[in-house]
Amino acid sequence: MAVEQKLIDIIAEQLSVDKAKVVPGASFIDDLGADSLDLVELIMAMEEAFDIEIADEVAEKIVTVQDAIDHIKKISE
Amino acid sequence: MKRRVVVTGVGLISPVGNDAATSWEALCAGKSGIAPISRYDASGQGVRIAAEVKGYEPDDYFETKEVRHLELFVQYALVAAREALRDSGFEITPENAARVGSIVGCGMGGLPTIEKYIQILHERGERRITPFFIPMVIPNMGAGQISIFYGTKGPNLSVTTACAAGTHAVGEAFRSISYGDCDLALTGGSESVICPMGFGGFHAMKALSTRNDDPAVASRPFDRDRDGFVIGEGGGILLLEELEHAKRRGAKIYAEMAGYGLSGDAHHIAAPPEDGAGAILCMQAALADAGLQPTDIDYVNAHGTSTPLNDVVETRALKAVFGEHAARLAVSSTKSMTGHLLGGAGGVEAVVTALSVKHQFAPPTANLENPDPECDLDYVPGKGRAMPIRVAMSNSFGFGGTNAVIIMKRYEEGA
Repeated sequence: MAVEQKLIDIIAEQLSVDKAKVVPGASFIDDLGADSLDLVELIMAMEEAFDIEIADEVAEKIVTVQDAIDHIKKISE
Repeated sequence: MKRRVVVTGVGLISPVGNDAATSWEALCAGKSGIAPISRYDASGQGVRIAAEVKGYEPDDYFETKEVRHLELFVQYALVAAREALRDSGFEITPENAARVGSIVGCGMGGLPTIEKYIQILHERGERRITPFFIPMVIPNMGAGQISIFYGTKGPNLSVTTACAAGTHAVGEAFRSISYGDCDLALTGGSESVICPMGFGGFHAMKALSTRNDDPAVASRPFDRDRDGFVIGEGGGILLLEELEHAKRRGAKIYAEMAGYGLSGDAHHIAAPPEDGAGAILCMQAALADAGLQPTDIDYVNAHGTSTPLNDVVETRALKAVFGEHAARLAVSSTKSMTGHLLGGAGGVEAVVTALSVKHQFAPPTANLENPDPECDLDYVPGKGRAMPIRVAMSNSFGFGGTNAVIIMKRYEEGA
């Protein structure tokens, strides 16, 4: 739960969107108004917040909020 | 045939006010916008004073994400452009967008962000560089973001001629409209380099005033005791418009663009030649472009930086161009109050020049208490002056030996 909440906060802050819109199925580009540069910056913010490194090949596959949650949980374990 | 061009909207965000009306009132009253640097702790610097924009809240104008990705010089260009557009009453639509240009000067670009990310690069490595770094710092982003925010699809051009950039931009916009590339243009300049590299860089050149204990009188153009310029920030944007277009929509007209001149010093990276040859050529070129005689000019908004060399050389150049008429000119430097906005200066001063023509009022040169013996013109010292201004000139000279002069005149129908 902690990961989800923290992640939602970061996404809402980075993309300047209402937290209520940051649902698991939301796509960063299609639903949350991000462009490709926003996505790069968002990944950087996740790396900072969770003290992890997300490789470019992995980052490309993070399309939705759920993708991000899954990935961060996986590498935090 | 060249088309006539008029000023139909103005916008300012400056060290003396966050809109055109407030800034104009402050300038007419001789109020200084110079104070100790407040943006960051500058206590270790040789120069600790600046003409900062005050009380500006980015959130009043932009969304949080936008604020993060818009460098201050870009925000200032956008804020001033918004005011100019609103002031003009002109609405940009998909139908007319291709006929509206965005032509904006900037001397440096995003120096504060360059400084910040160079530190991040060295301390934490290249993976911590934001993908917005390049689009934030490139100096054409004032023009670019005006186009993006307000939907202009005509010429989208930036001019980076150091301290002459704003004036060159206005001149280029005047030409673009005059030659038919577009019918209107948001044009002017903006700058913000309030950061240690900005001060350190100019201070290393011994270009800045070190009157740290008395900031309000630090910028004193043409005064015997001047000791350098004061870094300012902000933006000034005008809406220029083809005359017939403006008349058709019943626009209010501040002034008519009359002439534009450019020249090069072929001399030195930073210093003007002692005889002011480049400035002379530039003023003469603008007069020729306007089809006017030196005696037609009533008011000159001088470059007037408050550096020992500029003010005496500019005075020499004015005397060479105007001859006996130089003594009858009102010449003032509003940098005495706004500090020197570098690439933004020409934008701010073009707005001030348009307002001078509209209101028939010459703002003063503040802090001119003991004129330099070599500076012996009428610089409107201390107090602004109501006077007939048929034609006004605005001068800007930049590092690299680049010069720009524009001339505006009272709009008269059929003239």
